[in-house]
Amino acid sequence: MASADARDGDGRRASLLYDPSVRAYAYQALTVLVVGWLIWQAWSNAAENLARANMTAGFGFLSGRAGFDLGQALMAYSSDSTFARALTVGLLNTLLVGVLGIITATIVGLLIGIGRLSKNWLIARLCTIYVELFRNIPPLLVIFFWYKGVLSILPDFRAIRAGVEQAKAADPSVGDPLFIISNRGISFPAPIFQPGFGAVWIALAAAVLGAIGFTLWANKVQAATGKRPPALLVSVALIVLLPLAVFFAAGQPIAFDYPVLGRFNLSGGGLISPEFLSLYLALSLYTASFIAEIVRAGIRGVPSGQFEACSALGVRSDRAMRLVILPQAMRIIIPPLTSQYLNLIKNSSLAVAAGYPDLVQVGNTILNQSGRAIEVIAIWMIVYVTISLVTSVFMNWFNARMALRER
Amino acid sequence: MANRILAVLIGAAVMGIGAQASAGTLEDVKAKGFLQCGVNANLSGFGSQDSSGQFAGLDIDLCKAVAAAVFGDATKVKFTPLSAKDRFPALQSGEIDMLARNTTWTASRDSQLGFDFRAVNYYDGQGFMVRKELNVKSALELSGAAVCVQTGTTTELNLADYFKSHNLQYNPVVFEKQEEVDAAYNAGRCDVYTTDQSGLYSIRLSLSNPDDHVILPEIISKEPLGPAVRQGDSKWFDVVSFSHYAMVAAEEFGITQANVEEMKKSPNPDIKRFLGEEQGSTIGADFGLSKDWAVNIIKAVGNYGEAFERNVGQGSPLKIKRGLNALWNQGGLQYAPPIR
Ligand SMILES: N[C@@H](CCC(=O)N[C@@H](CS)C(=O)NCC(=O)O)C(=O)O
Repeated sequence: MASADARDGDGRRASLLYDPSVRAYAYQALTVLVVGWLIWQAWSNAAENLARANMTAGFGFLSGRAGFDLGQALMAYSSDSTFARALTVGLLNTLLVGVLGIITATIVGLLIGIGRLSKNWLIARLCTIYVELFRNIPPLLVIFFWYKGVLSILPDFRAIRAGVEQAKAADPSVGDPLFIISNRGISFPAPIFQPGFGAVWIALAAAVLGAIGFTLWANKVQAATGKRPPALLVSVALIVLLPLAVFFAAGQPIAFDYPVLGRFNLSGGGLISPEFLSLYLALSLYTASFIAEIVRAGIRGVPSGQFEACSALGVRSDRAMRLVILPQAMRIIIPPLTSQYLNLIKNSSLAVAAGYPDLVQVGNTILNQSGRAIEVIAIWMIVYVTISLVTSVFMNWFNARMALRER
Repeated sequence: MANRILAVLIGAAVMGIGAQASAGTLEDVKAKGFLQCGVNANLSGFGSQDSSGQFAGLDIDLCKAVAAAVFGDATKVKFTPLSAKDRFPALQSGEIDMLARNTTWTASRDSQLGFDFRAVNYYDGQGFMVRKELNVKSALELSGAAVCVQTGTTTELNLADYFKSHNLQYNPVVFEKQEEVDAAYNAGRCDVYTTDQSGLYSIRLSLSNPDDHVILPEIISKEPLGPAVRQGDSKWFDVVSFSHYAMVAAEEFGITQANVEEMKKSPNPDIKRFLGEEQGSTIGADFGLSKDWAVNIIKAVGNYGEAFERNVGQGSPLKIKRGLNALWNQGGLQYAPPIR
């Protein structure tokens, strides 16, 4: 390139070479090229070596018949479904345990974190013990512990069945219980929404919108007059009562699918499996211990003058915490919280240990039945990176919203 | 989990898969000085490890037979314990030279996974085990049951097909490791344990109260279990296959661990040829082995019948009958091609 510049002797070109922004772009382009070349090399090399080992590469196998069944599926699935569908079922199971785990971990972590700062000696100590206990055990062991623990605490299904049979024999009017907690899981009557139920959902949506509107209006009134209309009360009332009223007006358009005690197992109704339950508890309670520390650090990071000022003004300490301290602590809490959320999602891949059919377990099965190691691992990587990126983007947006706004 | 799979990835991407990069597995094994055999460590009778770390079982004996054939020394073998899920990547990546881990020979494993199967050292079929107190007489009564099964096996595929074709419902509870399946079955998480019937006999013995469990009569599949090697290395494939056939042939000839030296003097030309006593015979050399390769195998592990009885038959706690695994001329399927 330099020689080309020299040949046409163009001064502008020479200066272009020294232009920092042009150089920056050139370096970036070069990096992209090198990385792209490396990936391409690795891929073609792998394909060539696979071919030599009489194996093929490519994603065409995903449309093949899966041939195996899955213990938990949030969408219609059978052994006749494709590998792709099996993976989707696994992904949904991962998302389910991830989302519910994040919500629970956040609530528990917040409570424990605040509890550690409590002036009550017992509460503070208990919270410390919780944090130290969970934080120092590898997550895989926590999952094992919960699975073994959950399975051994839950009563044996056969014993329950025998009890129910006995009761039925004594009094023929006795039916199967509505809720059954056993080592087969927690079963409950599953709602079946009848045609008219759509109106209830619409009412719920309207109520939520109404509640948001009322709260915004209340904020305005408070800013103008200093008096706050009872926003919380009105919102809750709206969200509970409106759908309920519509529900009864529409003639209770709902039926239930009740669990039935079969000869071996439960059928019908909804079922929370011990595998899901133990993984969910393990992930939430494990991550909660880290979140608790983040919350504690965040609260400690707010200058103590803030708290003192509140007490000087006579603000009750719970309100001071909620209205003054926590909003400021949030700015410290959110960034590390994001990494805990990502950790929870990644740790959910240890689901194999508890027999929960998440993306990794299903992928493992496919990998083994089809021999497509490279393809399955590529899918895992793409999916986990995508989930993590989406979580980060959301948390960054949330962080920006919570950031200090200079007025 | 990830390590072994990553090993395949890296192996595939960077170095070329296993043996293809070099002359051949037989030469590699000879140069290394020992055989690396992928086995089961948890299935007594087939492949298990005792408290002192010693491996024993029918599959283990096959590995020893191959080592005896190659080195004249059955101790020149190292074992890699593998779960059902890890076994194929381990063979593909070249981490092991052969796989002898109660592995079913299927069309897709032979073709798509890039392996070669031929010898079958145990003819098996999939069965079901349940608790006696459930009073189940046939698998057809199992509708609605929770079934414990190990992932990455033919077992989970047969299970799905069987229940589907008989219009039965079931709830699969799937684990990666056999210990986990055992524990879940023990804890009452499932009503049924399903795997190869031989495996069920072995697993039943390891349960706290073996007599509380029954194995149902139905066999729902064909599970020819045998050693696998990487496809495309027929010389090595021959050595592994014929190590098994030598054990079968020895039983047919009535050659045992005890009488093998004596049998060398037999007037029967077939036996003489088999034991490398025939003038000018090149059978051993043509395999790339020594003249007395078969003698070494028999001295190390005995004939097939001896190995069977010792590991899974009357000389073992499993007490499995020969059944399909009797010699072909005694009503079974074990049959060796002529060694000539
Ligand atoms: N023969 C079947 C099943 C083999 C199999 O993995 N069986 C189980 C139960 S008998 C086993 O050996 N588990 C031992 C372990 O994974 O440690 C196959 O090749 O897929």
